[in-house]
Amino acid sequence: MTDQQMTSGGMHSSLPPVIEAPRSAPRRRTRTNTELYAWVFMRVSGLLLVVLVLGHLFIMNILAGGVQRINFAFVAGRWASPFWQTWDLLMLWLAMIHGTNGLRTIINDYTRRDATRFWLKAVLYTATVLTIALGTLVIFTFDPSI
Amino acid sequence: MSSVAPSQATKAKSRPAGTLYRGREGMWSWVAHRITGVLTFFFLFAHVLDTALVRVSPESYDKVIDTYKNPVVNLMEIGLVGAVLYHALNGIRIILVDFWAKGPRYQRLMLWIIVAVWVAVMVPGAFFMFKHTVEVWTGSK
Repeated sequence: MTDQQMTSGGMHSSLPPVIEAPRSAPRRRTRTNTELYAWVFMRVSGLLLVVLVLGHLFIMNILAGGVQRINFAFVAGRWASPFWQTWDLLMLWLAMIHGTNGLRTIINDYTRRDATRFWLKAVLYTATVLTIALGTLVIFTFDPSI
Repeated sequence: MSSVAPSQATKAKSRPAGTLYRGREGMWSWVAHRITGVLTFFFLFAHVLDTALVRVSPESYDKVIDTYKNPVVNLMEIGLVGAVLYHALNGIRIILVDFWAKGPRYQRLMLWIIVAVWVAVMVPGAFFMFKHTVEVWTGSK
């Protein structure tokens, strides 16, 4: 029991307990709203990904033979259509950035040393940029007659 | 009424609370959201790489895709679909908690609703996913 509760409430009083203000400093205003934009992006991209990813999983795993029918010719047939090219490109970018921001949050939550945090994020961002670049290149330069 | 007696009674009944946060459904749904998110994200890296083999040669792509057609790997795929589906449904629940005025009040009920939807989708989903694989591997198709 804290001193404040002892003095204000006492042992036999029916007064409500006094809840002290948490020991957090007043919010310091930063120059940018990056965290707000990241928060909004997670929700907007999340809603789009519900449609894009669940649609992708349904088509690839359940519809007409599922994963057993997938091969090079199947991919060539799909990417002949600008609709599926756009679908896959949008899904790639949104899922990669959504996942990267999620893992950035997790790194911020669990790392204790500044150096650890820095290097984990450096690895994460490098992997993300390379993967998005590779995926985008593959969609745009795909050659069915390779 | 004395405030000393109940606290002594409580001490006698249970051990010190420890440091585990007992957030019940709200906390466990958050834990599951993190785990399913990380799992899906790590798979995504592998999946972009295996798909990139279409740019190398049809043979190398077909060879890596054959891995997915293995029954054991197919079971893991069902697990991945389950993880993605939970993450999607719980993500919608999070958005409702954030933006719907009554969201925080119904967060626990909404969790049980998405659990019910998850089961309702996963039972036929897993059945058809595995059906295709069994048919091919037993040679019936």
